[in-house]
Amino acid sequence: MIPTAIQSRKPKLFVLSRLGKIFKQSIVLVTLFLIWEIAPRIGLVDQAFFPTFSSVLISWWNLIITGELFAHFIASITRSFTGFALAVIITIPLGLVIGWYQLARELLNPVLELFRNTAALALLPVFMLLMGIGETSKIAIVLFACTWPILLNTIAAVGSVDPLLIKSARSMNISSFKLFLKVILPASVPMIFTGIRMAGTAAILVLIAAEMVGAKEGLGYLITYSQYNFQIPEMYAGILTIALLGLLINQVLMLLERKFSKWKQQVNG
Amino acid sequence: MPAAKEKIRFEQVTKIFPVRDSGQKGATKDFTAVKEIDFTVKEGEFITLVGPSGCGKSTLLDLLGGLTTPSSGHILIDGKRITGPGLDRGIVFQQYALFPWKTARGNIEFGLEAKGIPKDEWKEQGNYYLSLVGLSNFGDRYPHELSGGMKQRVAIARSLAFNPDVLLMDEPFAALDAQTRESLQSELLRIWEKTKKTIIFITHGIDEAVYLGERVVVLTPGPGMVKEIIDIPLKSRLEDADIRSHPEFGKLRHQVWNSLHEAEYQGMNI
Repeated sequence: MIPTAIQSRKPKLFVLSRLGKIFKQSIVLVTLFLIWEIAPRIGLVDQAFFPTFSSVLISWWNLIITGELFAHFIASITRSFTGFALAVIITIPLGLVIGWYQLARELLNPVLELFRNTAALALLPVFMLLMGIGETSKIAIVLFACTWPILLNTIAAVGSVDPLLIKSARSMNISSFKLFLKVILPASVPMIFTGIRMAGTAAILVLIAAEMVGAKEGLGYLITYSQYNFQIPEMYAGILTIALLGLLINQVLMLLERKFSKWKQQVNG
Repeated sequence: MPAAKEKIRFEQVTKIFPVRDSGQKGATKDFTAVKEIDFTVKEGEFITLVGPSGCGKSTLLDLLGGLTTPSSGHILIDGKRITGPGLDRGIVFQQYALFPWKTARGNIEFGLEAKGIPKDEWKEQGNYYLSLVGLSNFGDRYPHELSGGMKQRVAIARSLAFNPDVLLMDEPFAALDAQTRESLQSELLRIWEKTKKTIIFITHGIDEAVYLGERVVVLTPGPGMVKEIIDIPLKSRLEDADIRSHPEFGKLRHQVWNSLHEAEYQGMNI
């Protein structure tokens, strides 16, 4: 088996291959940052609009030590997490029920497809008209954006459980409720989690845009505010923070996804 | 010893499905999967059903499992009509049908739970059934970590776990390589001798049918009907490791082959 082959290799070689892997994963990123640093310095781009990477890092550091960045960060993460969590709590049971009843599925599918394909941000003015520019409208739009990927994936997951597994469980004369709890639900988990991960990405994306339009704090507000006041390095610092936040959320959700679907065959070994 | 008790009786069992008519759009026509099946299985008997594809083997199994009902006629177990699925019958499918999110032990425990066996007995019984199928050291593996042969062993163990009287097997070894198949066949015979279950084993392999069955039921295709029931008076297969090379085995094999091919020939003329 493969694991023993790796173990029997010399530790020195193992360290080298590990270093090689880190090198491969970071080389392009490092180059990118280097270009970012050099391009403004040699005048390829205007420093006023595109400051060097190091000056962005400095203003980033300043935003961190004054606590300003943290306040914006918390504001954003609270809003997106609230909307996201509400979507998870409401949508998964709903999706399970819709998926279980074929009639419900057939009736609702066209509506769901329409909503899913309506860009959440197109509805932002509607949300603001109905709920004002406070927290409610922002959480609501995150909730809206998170709902569709989770709902549609949950419905599809319930519908695509291997019929042989259902047949096998039925042959053991178990009740419909048990069948749902012990077979349909666990079999659906991986696909539901894919929906959750898509929703996580959507939560940040939609929120930042909402904050750019109307808010008094949050990372989206930080970016537009900095741009208005011509604090360009701060603007880039905000963008960098959002990129890192998105990465972090995706990593966490991916970790959870892997934990809950470890029984699925790993295609990449 | 008196003659063994009758366990299962097929009485003129016919199953007709509506299928889409390729000639007319939206129209359906009747397709007869099995027709007037009529035979009995004795308690503790190992019976094999052999037939070409399209002879309604799987339909018969679904009927026995109580997953569908016959269009006419009925099937009796211990004199009682089958009305639905029940724990007196265990099914082993060709594609294993193991729950991939449960370990080998977890799958066996699913069977124990279905039977309503108290939780504190699961571990002991799980150990027993794992060792019965020779997987004592693999209880914690997930199905995707097991070979095809091992998966089928787990599936057999899961079906035995709720202690059914009858084991229904739907081409359980068809997806395995020849060597694994042979070893599982003799293992199944060993389990059968140990547990005294009534086994109905569906296959399309003549060798397998003759090797395993005390009687072989030959089915004709389209619609599935019983062509002939052939007795296999071989002594214990497990005593002679290479019984397949025995001249008697060859003769019986040929007899089944002939019956099957006559059937196919007739089938084509219909």
